[in-house]
Amino acid sequence: MTLYSRDHEWIRIDGNVATIGISQYAQAQLGDVVFVDLPETGKAIEKGKEAAVVESVKAASEVYAPISGTVFEVNAALTDNPGLVNEDPEGRGWFVKLHVPQGTDTSHLLSEADYKAYLDTL
Amino acid sequence: MLNDQGRPTRPETFQAHTPWTFTGNRALRVEEPLLFEIGRAETTGVDLPEPEGVPPRLGAHRRTTPIDLPGLTEPEAMRHYVRLSRSNYSIDTGLYPLGSCTMKHNPRLNEKMARLPGFSDAHPLQPLSTVRGAVEVIAELGRWLCALTGMQAVAMSPKAGAHGELCGMMAIKAAIRARGEERNVVLVPESAHGTNPATAALIGMTVRDVPARADGTVDVEEVKRLLGPDVAAIMLTNPNTCGIFEPEVAAIAEAVHAAGAYFYADGANFNAIVGKVLPGDLGVDAMHINLHKTFSTPHGGGGPGAGPVVLSGRLAPFAPLPFVRMENGTPVLVETPAATRDGETPFGRMTAFHGQMGMFTRALAYMLSHGSDGMRQASEDAVLAANYVRAGLADLMTLPFPNHPSMHEVLFDDRFLKDTGVTTLDFAKAMIDEGYHPMTMYFPLVVHGAMLIEPTESESKASLDLFVATLRDLVMAAQRGDTARFTQAPRFAPRRRLDETRAARSPKLKWDRPAPIPPAVAAE
Repeated sequence: MTLYSRDHEWIRIDGNVATIGISQYAQAQLGDVVFVDLPETGKAIEKGKEAAVVESVKAASEVYAPISGTVFEVNAALTDNPGLVNEDPEGRGWFVKLHVPQGTDTSHLLSEADYKAYLDTL
Repeated sequence: MLNDQGRPTRPETFQAHTPWTFTGNRALRVEEPLLFEIGRAETTGVDLPEPEGVPPRLGAHRRTTPIDLPGLTEPEAMRHYVRLSRSNYSIDTGLYPLGSCTMKHNPRLNEKMARLPGFSDAHPLQPLSTVRGAVEVIAELGRWLCALTGMQAVAMSPKAGAHGELCGMMAIKAAIRARGEERNVVLVPESAHGTNPATAALIGMTVRDVPARADGTVDVEEVKRLLGPDVAAIMLTNPNTCGIFEPEVAAIAEAVHAAGAYFYADGANFNAIVGKVLPGDLGVDAMHINLHKTFSTPHGGGGPGAGPVVLSGRLAPFAPLPFVRMENGTPVLVETPAATRDGETPFGRMTAFHGQMGMFTRALAYMLSHGSDGMRQASEDAVLAANYVRAGLADLMTLPFPNHPSMHEVLFDDRFLKDTGVTTLDFAKAMIDEGYHPMTMYFPLVVHGAMLIEPTESESKASLDLFVATLRDLVMAAQRGDTARFTQAPRFAPRRRLDETRAARSPKLKWDRPAPIPPAVAAE
């Protein structure tokens, strides 16, 4: 199940692994992505703090971690092909994988339906 | 088959290559090759005799390979640059409404003064006794800048706005160190110019964002919440990049000072308030002044820029070398640490020499020819022009902050383009077809699809009327569904739309001389 933040990150949690990226809406807003700055593996990232930076032809934006965790894998494919974020933002264009404690609270995040409803208000 | 200027020489190639003319040119619109493509090694513009009897002193440092510079005759070099200049858009060709950049007219009187041989031929290594006039100019301009800002001291040497920011922040860092403290956080509002956080990062500080209020301004309570013993400074642009005068600026300065931090003001938008407000009265400690914006020296390729920094009494002792000290009414240039006196503790030096001398002359010419009343009038006219454009467009375009009067620039967002299939970028490209340089777009980031228009005081009412009418036509065309006019734009510029994505993803940063055409092909 994919959850969303109001900052347009998505997160999929599987056991104690969380995969993070930016939403279809976010990539469309950014325009063509030209550079992605990914964190070091092993870095602990707090909820709401910067997990990565994504640079498009329009602007550079921070990608915030929707929940706290420790980086154990980054999507190296984005270094050579940042366009993946535009092509498949919620699939092959993922940014980082975090180790997260079991049963992390996700009540502040939106379901897909709620996120769609939130987009309609923008 | 192409000749050495990249021109087709056979009918079947030029058919495909040039739909209109044999040369690829369109009358006076010339497809200009690179200097390296038209230059030849055996050609030179200036024939100098080989030096004789000069002992070689370079030893192992002597170059052994040719430099591979293009060789051109003087007419060829001249034509190349003049032709290129005809493809330029500049303030001398039309309205240049680039928000936050103050692209104002460069009065020709300034140019005349700058070309006086005593100024234009001065060399920074001449004995000071032979360039008294130049030192007077530095001193006099510094006095004007201090008077117009209500500040105590000035660092004249920084060579651009961003360089000035660096200078001001280094003075702040030096002042904090002199107090025996270590503070490494800088507060930067969301609406700031990108140079502000970049400057803070460059001197090893970390940036703490100050979120904007719903109306685009900075909330003093928010600043107080973020202040602490680790905060060195706040960097604030006023009027801000939304074109709004920060209503709580004095209270923000007070809070920052109470916390032991300094107030850095980004002076990029000073043109809105010259002669109206003294930044010193607002509690500013350091502020760079873009001579190429506010004081009418050339800007954007016509440069160079110049970014002197005015300093409060608290920061004055740390002004970098070189600086001018007045002694019995005579300006003396202090160039070395050895020449400093008690109370003068410069943090170092920003430049090899004294700053942008040519720009100092032009800026001083602007000040002396306008006077303080003329500069106040210019600020009032700049604000009037921005509000005239705002009034002419407010019913068709969308204002994110309708309840704040605009200062020298007016900010629109892209809500008026919603569901038209036209983006801010498309809209800007269509302005190029109409003969206008686009406004600043997608900045500031606090609004969606920003369009920031700064007409400056240089524009007459007739010029603004035409500009407003053109934008109204464009908005109505977009809303009518005339989408191709925008998505295909620019249709009439020397170049169509560039592939920004490819340029950023795989930048080509070096030109390589193409391999010579093999003789077998050349002989065809």
